[in-house]
Amino acid sequence: MENSPHTRESAHPTPLTYVKIAAILVIITAIEVGIFYVDALTDVLIPIFFVLSAVKFTLVVMFYMHLKFDERIFSWLFVGGFLLATFLIIALMILFGSL
Amino acid sequence: MHHSQVSEHVTTTGIDHRKMLMWVFLGSECMFFGTLLATYLIYYGQGLPGTPTPGEILDIPTTSVSTFVLLMSSLMMVLAYSSISRGNVKNFRIWILCTALLGSTFLGFQIFEFTEFAHEGLTPKTNLFGTTFFTLTGFHGAHVTVGVIWLLSLFGYSFKGDLTKDGGLNVDLVALYWHFVDIVWIVIFTVVYLIGVTNG
Repeated sequence: MENSPHTRESAHPTPLTYVKIAAILVIITAIEVGIFYVDALTDVLIPIFFVLSAVKFTLVVMFYMHLKFDERIFSWLFVGGFLLATFLIIALMILFGSL
Repeated sequence: MHHSQVSEHVTTTGIDHRKMLMWVFLGSECMFFGTLLATYLIYYGQGLPGTPTPGEILDIPTTSVSTFVLLMSSLMMVLAYSSISRGNVKNFRIWILCTALLGSTFLGFQIFEFTEFAHEGLTPKTNLFGTTFFTLTGFHGAHVTVGVIWLLSLFGYSFKGDLTKDGGLNVDLVALYWHFVDIVWIVIFTVVYLIGVTNG
């Protein structure tokens, strides 16, 4: 086993890939803001917002923060914290009768 | 200890401790913002009668622009990292300055928003919405401020030190922090602004 830093990382994306990801992020944000003003979608807006937000979140974490390419332990550390936070939010909301 | 000695030290995992520490920190930051968001959601819709509600006061068009600015700053940041990892210090300086500029622009939007809200009668003391909203977005703004200072300090350091060392690890660390600030805003924009106004 090698002990120098970054030994198990795979190659990071090219600048063109970063620009494509940015374009997708902007398009999703534009869709979010656009559908916000569509009255016919009012009943289904919240789940749509959650899905679109999750896609943006995942793209940034996977490509810009390089979790897709870096050491697996980084994913565990971050996803662990994120899942704990999500559980905490749901638990507190149930405890205080907000959910 | 000299820096080069630190970078060459052997670790049991083969992973640089500084990068590992940054990811542990970001995991803990999820918990930090999670508690602030939980508090906001628990007290959502429990404001005093006659005081501003999210639906009355939050400005989606303006916040959409500031969200776009922060997303673009993340692109600039990753291009800065890409430049330094290829050893191109000149391009790095351009992209890191653009990142800091866009981060400062986002902060300008937030100051404008807070000032407008104060003029319209919403302060942290007005109601539970004001308290939880300003605490959550204020702490995010504080994180952006720290990020801008960190970015500018790296820009200055690029004239004195070698940022290409360790595969650009110093830039990698600030990039991770900056993208984290971005994803926190992605959640805040959706939950507090879009869903908040839709419901309130």
